[in-house]
Amino acid sequence: MKANNKFLMRLRLIMVIIRKELLATMKDPKSRFVLIMPVIIQGIVFGYAATYNLDSVPYALVDESHSHYATEFIAHLDGSGIFERVATMQGTADIASPIDTGQAMIVIHIGQDFAERISRGETASVQVITDGRNPVTADTAAGYVSSIAATCSQELTGQKGLVTLVSRIWYNPNELTRWMFMPQLIGVLALTQVMMLAGLSVARERENGTFDQLLVTPLQPQEILIGKAVPPILVGVFQCTLMFLLALFWFRVPFAGSVGLLYLVIVVFLISCVGIGLTISAISATMQQVMVYNFTCMLPMILLSGLATPVANMPVWMQYFTYVNPLRFALEALRRVYLEGASFGLIAGNFVPLLIITCITMPVAAWMFRHKLA
Amino acid sequence: MLSRKRMGALMGKEFTQIGRDSSTFLIGIILPLLLIILIGSGLSLDVKQLPIAIVLEDDSPLARDAVSFVNESDYFEPHYVPSMAAAEQLMDRRTIEAIVRVPADFATQVGRGHAEVQAILYGANATTAASARSYLSAGLASWQADYSARHAGAATGTRGGVTVVTRQWFNDANTSTYLFIPGLIVIVLTLVGVFLTALVMAREWERGTLESLFVTPAQSLEIIIAKIIPYSCIAGIGFTLCVLTAIYGYDVPLLGSIPVLALALGIYIIVAVCMGLTISAVVRSQFLACQMALFIGLLPTVMLSGFIFDLHSVPAVVNIIGHVMPATYYMELIKTLFLAGDNPYLAVRNTCVLAGYAVVFLLLSLRLTRKKLD
Repeated sequence: MKANNKFLMRLRLIMVIIRKELLATMKDPKSRFVLIMPVIIQGIVFGYAATYNLDSVPYALVDESHSHYATEFIAHLDGSGIFERVATMQGTADIASPIDTGQAMIVIHIGQDFAERISRGETASVQVITDGRNPVTADTAAGYVSSIAATCSQELTGQKGLVTLVSRIWYNPNELTRWMFMPQLIGVLALTQVMMLAGLSVARERENGTFDQLLVTPLQPQEILIGKAVPPILVGVFQCTLMFLLALFWFRVPFAGSVGLLYLVIVVFLISCVGIGLTISAISATMQQVMVYNFTCMLPMILLSGLATPVANMPVWMQYFTYVNPLRFALEALRRVYLEGASFGLIAGNFVPLLIITCITMPVAAWMFRHKLA
Repeated sequence: MLSRKRMGALMGKEFTQIGRDSSTFLIGIILPLLLIILIGSGLSLDVKQLPIAIVLEDDSPLARDAVSFVNESDYFEPHYVPSMAAAEQLMDRRTIEAIVRVPADFATQVGRGHAEVQAILYGANATTAASARSYLSAGLASWQADYSARHAGAATGTRGGVTVVTRQWFNDANTSTYLFIPGLIVIVLTLVGVFLTALVMAREWERGTLESLFVTPAQSLEIIIAKIIPYSCIAGIGFTLCVLTAIYGYDVPLLGSIPVLALALGIYIIVAVCMGLTISAVVRSQFLACQMALFIGLLPTVMLSGFIFDLHSVPAVVNIIGHVMPATYYMELIKTLFLAGDNPYLAVRNTCVLAGYAVVFLLLSLRLTRKKLD
């Protein structure tokens, strides 16, 4: 009974410090604004930006064939609804300008022998010149031209190719890159602010000198730690929810998994982020240092998480390096729960690194609270 | 009148402060190097050794031959599995990215003149799925060409077909590293310029040391210039390190002229530093300055400037937002300078736009840093 009372008392103490922390974060209208609006605005803007799919391909044409076959091929292009001719050039000498200025994404060149080869029963080639400064879109556009050429061939020769590749894309039937990005943005957008909040909460008190006062209260260091950790996690869960709703209702990316599992991933991930944030906080003396250290961690974390480019494309040594990156495992889990509807069993392995990070960072932070009284 | 002596004294103070704070050194020197090394080798869109499962429901030599291209290819790492169920299990465990299924009647259908091969791709990694599909169809197409040549006369129509030959300009090696590294340099500059300056200045606002400066004879312009020069120097050092690493560490070609690169750099640094000064003068708190710098400086530079996503493929509104940001113009210019060489039209246009931004932000920061107490 007595032990129980004691526990309740400690819990009350922790609740008090959580309340104080939440007040300190939320009382300023500018801070409230900064915690909500950027998530919404970035969610929407990045949601639209994060795509490798092409709705329109501006192209420039060099037709040296001037034949009926060439006209037919061009009609296929222009009729596709995707290709948009922005320039028609007379000769190969003019090819450079539309690409250099970025006016056209690709140049399509039909050579003089185009019609002749087709009539002779040979395969005629269409040359596509792409801009290597944007290789992903260039490859996609060239792929579209190839599929138009395939249709054209089929009509010309009157027969289907010997072998066709029929592809089915699981969990994302229209192959929209946006579907891949939206679930990941749930984690990424919350990460930046949660780590900062956790980091700054201690550093701000250190800078103002109030942290020493906190240390002389009856609170244990681990209780201060919990008190400091909970508010950023709450803010993070709120931001993740905003982003989840945006993905679901604004961008209409269908949700295949269970909401409970999604939130489990979010919470475990946020705890590990807060752990890193608090450790950074505990080793730095000023707010500026916190921000700089945070930043130094955050940028590699984001860029090497598989958000922009797949982890599997990295060199092997770098892939091992990403094992300390909680974002990598969280993003994979979020994507799998969201798009695949993966069960707990399938993503259980993703929790392990997150929990290990938490188990290391939290005690280090608690220890540093007490021992860094310079 | 500007006094050189006063500015010298202010700058001296700034340099001393930079020298004593390890975090400035970290962000100016260590972070750029760390980023360029980690990300230069980690960020890649080039798919290599993609694990795929091959299900040969038709075990004939013909079927084996048709998909044999995956064995020698650098792009694939094939796992032959006995059944679709086994393949699906591997897919669920995320050991493979794609399943290639050769149906039981493959050989028979080839005899009849038309067969299908099925590819099942993991859509949650949409970019990898797209590359996998194009490699697979290219592999099959070349097998088909071989097969038709070997069995000549079997299937030649009266008219020939059309193929596409793609040539990529400006990135002959076709590695995405060549693209990411110049882009990364812009990110590092933005980081040092906007983020660091915003933090440093916000600290002066928060601690009231700027107000003490206001009672000295120093003019606003002198205070601003004394901030711009030291932080531009740090950004310049970071930039030089990045360019040297890019050229000597990663063999990225620098085809354009160095004076143009340096001129654009100088202007962009002023834009970035003045943006930082403007942010800090508006919010006057370290926490908010940091969040705002993240919100309008860093994440958009990663997502919207054309670093990862091509602005050609985004909706018009996002394209406009992207083109409001100065980073976009510098990104376009630096990519062109590195990969495509000098392009006077683009160089003049983008430099002028950047110069315009520099003037706007300089005036804005000057106006906001009036000598006024509130």
